[in-house]
Amino acid sequence: MSDKYRNNFLREVEEKVEEGHWVKMCMQCGVCAGSCPFGPHWAHPPQEIFMMIRAGKREEVLTSDSMWMCTSCYNCIVRCPRKLPITHIMHGLANYAHRLGIVPKNQPTEHFATLFWNNLAQTGRVNELKLSLGIYFRDGFAQGVKNAMAMQSVGLGMVKAKRLNPMELFGGHGVKDKSGFHAMLKKAREIEDRRKPIA
Amino acid sequence: MADMKVAAYICQGCGLGDRLDTAALAGVAKKEGKAALVREHAFLCNAEGVKMIRDDISNEAVTHVMIGACSRRAKTEAFGFTDVCVSRANLREGVIWCQPETDEARETTQEMAEDYIRMGCAEVKKMTLPAGDPAAVTERRLLVVGGGVSGMTAALEASKAGYQVALVEKSGALGGWAAKLHKRTPGKSPYADPQDTPVAEMAAAIEADANIKVYLDAITSKIGGAPGRFEVEISTESGSTATEKVGAIVQATGFSLYDANNLPELGYGKSANVVDQAGLEALAKAAGGGAIKRPSDGGEVKRVVFVQCAGQRDDTGKHLAYCSGSCCLTSVKQAMYFKDANPDIDTVVIYSDLRMPGNGEDFYRSGQTKGVTFTKGKVSGVEATGNQCKVNFHDVILNDQAVIDDADLVVLATGQVPNSGVDIDTKLKAEIAAAGGDNSLMEAYNASQAEGAVKPISMLNLNYRQGPDVPQLKYGFTDSHFICFPYETRRTGIYAAGPVRRPMDMVQAMEDATGAAMKAIQAIENAGLGRAAHPRSGDLSYPIFRREGCTQCKRCTVECPFGAIDEDEQRFPLFNQARCRRCGTCMGACPVRVISFENYSVETVGSQLKAVDVPDEFSEKPRILVLACENDAYPALDMAAMNRNVYSAFVRVIPVRCLGSVNTIWINDALSNGYDGVMMMGCKHGDDYQCHFVKGSELAGIRMSKIGDTLKNMALEEERVSTFEVAITDIERVPQLINDYAALIQKIGMSPMKGF
Amino acid sequence: MAKKTYSFYPGCSSQTKASSDNYLKSTNSMCKYLDIELKEVPDWNCCGASIGYAEGGELPRLALSARTIALSEKANPGMDLVATCAACWLSTREAKERMDHNTQTRNDANEALKEAGLVYQGTQNVRHMAEVLVEDFGFDELKKGVKNPLRDLKIAGYVGCQTNRPFGIEGESFENPVYLDNIIEAMGAEAVPYDQKVTCCGGALAFSEPEKSQKQIKDIIESAYDHGAEMIVTPCPLCQANVEIYQGEVNKRYGTKFNIPVLYYSQLITIAYGGTAKEAALDGQLVRSTKLEEIASK
Repeated sequence: MSDKYRNNFLREVEEKVEEGHWVKMCMQCGVCAGSCPFGPHWAHPPQEIFMMIRAGKREEVLTSDSMWMCTSCYNCIVRCPRKLPITHIMHGLANYAHRLGIVPKNQPTEHFATLFWNNLAQTGRVNELKLSLGIYFRDGFAQGVKNAMAMQSVGLGMVKAKRLNPMELFGGHGVKDKSGFHAMLKKAREIEDRRKPIA
Repeated sequence: MADMKVAAYICQGCGLGDRLDTAALAGVAKKEGKAALVREHAFLCNAEGVKMIRDDISNEAVTHVMIGACSRRAKTEAFGFTDVCVSRANLREGVIWCQPETDEARETTQEMAEDYIRMGCAEVKKMTLPAGDPAAVTERRLLVVGGGVSGMTAALEASKAGYQVALVEKSGALGGWAAKLHKRTPGKSPYADPQDTPVAEMAAAIEADANIKVYLDAITSKIGGAPGRFEVEISTESGSTATEKVGAIVQATGFSLYDANNLPELGYGKSANVVDQAGLEALAKAAGGGAIKRPSDGGEVKRVVFVQCAGQRDDTGKHLAYCSGSCCLTSVKQAMYFKDANPDIDTVVIYSDLRMPGNGEDFYRSGQTKGVTFTKGKVSGVEATGNQCKVNFHDVILNDQAVIDDADLVVLATGQVPNSGVDIDTKLKAEIAAAGGDNSLMEAYNASQAEGAVKPISMLNLNYRQGPDVPQLKYGFTDSHFICFPYETRRTGIYAAGPVRRPMDMVQAMEDATGAAMKAIQAIENAGLGRAAHPRSGDLSYPIFRREGCTQCKRCTVECPFGAIDEDEQRFPLFNQARCRRCGTCMGACPVRVISFENYSVETVGSQLKAVDVPDEFSEKPRILVLACENDAYPALDMAAMNRNVYSAFVRVIPVRCLGSVNTIWINDALSNGYDGVMMMGCKHGDDYQCHFVKGSELAGIRMSKIGDTLKNMALEEERVSTFEVAITDIERVPQLINDYAALIQKIGMSPMKGF
Repeated sequence: MAKKTYSFYPGCSSQTKASSDNYLKSTNSMCKYLDIELKEVPDWNCCGASIGYAEGGELPRLALSARTIALSEKANPGMDLVATCAACWLSTREAKERMDHNTQTRNDANEALKEAGLVYQGTQNVRHMAEVLVEDFGFDELKKGVKNPLRDLKIAGYVGCQTNRPFGIEGESFENPVYLDNIIEAMGAEAVPYDQKVTCCGGALAFSEPEKSQKQIKDIIESAYDHGAEMIVTPCPLCQANVEIYQGEVNKRYGTKFNIPVLYYSQLITIAYGGTAKEAALDGQLVRSTKLEEIASK
């Protein structure tokens, strides 16, 4: 018995994906696909993703890098005639694929997003210098130096404009109540895992 | 006639007094119009002005009134004198509002006004007051044919309004299509779940209603007469017959599902598990609220596929070309039969476009909420595989050749075919097609007439010379005026309601039936007063013909769009006044001009166009006659004038009831009297016609296409007579048409026929 | 007008020597002129921004915003919570709406907050500084403070995404919001019409998908140039950074010669109100606006 066009994957999405219960309400008009600034770069625009979920194409959806193309511009949300929170559903699908560990290898946005979260989770505030260096050095040390050199003029400009502080490398901004902050995040993660368990 | 006394009234209000020399107009009415009494008034439509006219009628024995004021479409109540003949010279919209307010224009504006006074006087003198039909009778009883939801609604609504009803149903019980349903799509809020059908409730109400007499297992085997006095013979299966006298008829004969046997490629007939929507309703009814079982083996149903547009919206010519507008709703409802019973049953609706009329979008959302999967696609085939079916389709969104190989049930949404009976124009349509080189319709017609061929069954069995059923428009649906009179068929007093008129769902059918019942009641009352039905509602005139002049050519009988004219034993036309809509198409058709109305005739129009003062060839003042449909073109001209859109001062406009009433003699007269051009403005015709009289403008077009010879004989250019389609909304376009035409006339030059 | 006081959420980029240091400085100057007191939320944290979802998921992300709001409610009761960063505003307002509309979400968030000894009550409005200017002052009122009108300056008001969608400023069109143009005009400058006013700059994907994002940035700047703008003004730190910082990269990639200053509305207002170049942090630009600096020196 095939899973095609069954509710199985739709139900999974409803249970595990942020705002996933909206997927069934898509009426396939395609306005989202036409409104996306990165539209041409999506293998499957949101309209298709929604149909694929309903058609039971689990692997194709979750291993797609389409939803990683979302720039969070919210154009699809404000234009959707059915008021689907499309941006959040895309984020939710990306997050779910990430949790399942089936995101395509070296997906740059997944890499950056992970880096970003870990960066902020450490001190409670983003350390922009470490974040930038993290991006440059994602492909190893040698490439990192090359990348950093390429962007050197920008970096120096920022330092000169007092908008980047080399000293951030050694500490920098952060919340004072770090233990409370970390405990809160830990608890939130715990509840999230309880609500949306990964099998 | 000896007692005719014409009075002419010239209004000075609304700026007429400033823009025109009303004293000169009064002079024209007196000298040329030969009015016995001429009065000017500063404000003719006010109480004092109206009283002045009223007093003249009472004290001065005035019988004919010519009012030179605003358009005949304005102040109809103030100037609505019913005891005298009234003509209106349109000085306001027709002259001062459409002419520039400049010194240079003053002369031509005044000439225009004087001509309209001449025309108004000429017209009124040729009018006689309609005597009405002293024999007018009416039966305050309705016949409703068809006992489905539409028919039951019509019967109940008519009864509520105080009218008696005879309700004829061909089967053994009331309810029609709705009685076959397990549930209906929701007709009231919340539009979320299937609801119970209204059949039991309505049938009980009808049974309890003393005003309604029900004939079951019955048909109308013969219907004769006319509005107000239809005679209906009702035959029942048992062989008994009854006779009913009714004033009007509502035809609510409903639809049949398109025959799914025409769709073997979708598995129908090959697997018991492929059903049409009626088949699924039967399964749901049989299940009685329990689980719907698989037909082939009674097995459990785990997956259902709904195929929308099965044999519909077909462009190959093999199946229905149109959308039935209700099957999407039905499929959502039927998918809910499964989802409501067991959410684990997978239901997929494969559609090309979902169309959810009324509050259907809410119902669609509810279907989505319940987990019904909707996929835009085109099914290429359904194959039976044991107790399951394999559905092959193209998923349009994903551009996938998709397969669902384990459907327990496949439901085909096949659409509505109207039960409209015999297409009385089949032969005519075949002849027209054959004339155009296409013999396929004629072959089909001949085959249908062959010995042993299955003949279509008439719904009404009218004994009209034109045929046993009401005329059809497209796809076999009964012809009804979509824009203006949606229930009105082309047989006066017979109203179509529900899916026989166009495809629709139950909500729409009930609204339709209510509307049709109300129109039928109106027809009954009009018939009793001898008045016309709309659009000439209230008109007491009717066609009179001079028998001794008639050549029995039958053009009037054939061309009447409403089947109002029969032939008597001596083959003369026999007018059924109550069936007549007073369009004058018969008058326009008559080559010997023996047909007329008391208030509208070859003479009333002919005398007007002859009354116009046509300047000589060297005046540089051409004259263009405009014959304008009073329902569309004339109001468009009035509204253009209200917007102060200027058009040529050389036109003289005469409103006509319908372009179909235009007799070619008027064109001949106009040309031989020296007019430089004739513009005929009528409504759009064809399948999406706007003509109030359905065929009038089309017939006029055909007649005028033959006028070329006349023009040739008179050595005139063919542009001198032109026909235009004008809609009531063409407010900007009409003045432009006139100006363009005036420029064209300027170019080809003045008519050589002046001064003969 | 009486002094107005708001609870203030500057966000990570608006910290000393962070990427929108100039936004922070000019906001403080602008508020001084408008008689606004900003009470910074003590110990606020990052909002998670628009890219926090992948690793952060739903509740941890919401908890970030819940913590900042809870701190604000505790320290600055009775005030509106105002953010200057578009992403901070969006994330925080979104979190508030979800917690206010869904009891389970709210309870879950509070369960997590409890670990930090805090509680979310939902007593404060979460607003963007642009809303404060438009709604609490209005364009006529803003105009009154102008001492040094920005004459002969053609500006492309670049609204971008997140101050515009999904919430936006009340009453504005998502497709063509005009509040920023109105602010520009109130300061005496000319707001040029151009067709990329609400185009996405790539957002956080400027880092991960530079090629695709720089195409967006190129389109925005090109349109501003084509319509005669000498300067771009925006209410969003990420828009500002992306459109300013990557001009060199874009020029390399597309052979263009872009060199257009990209400023914050707060810098514009500060100068128009008679502030100095230093007060407006004009020295914080990578592409310096000589024209604005000239006006400031008058």
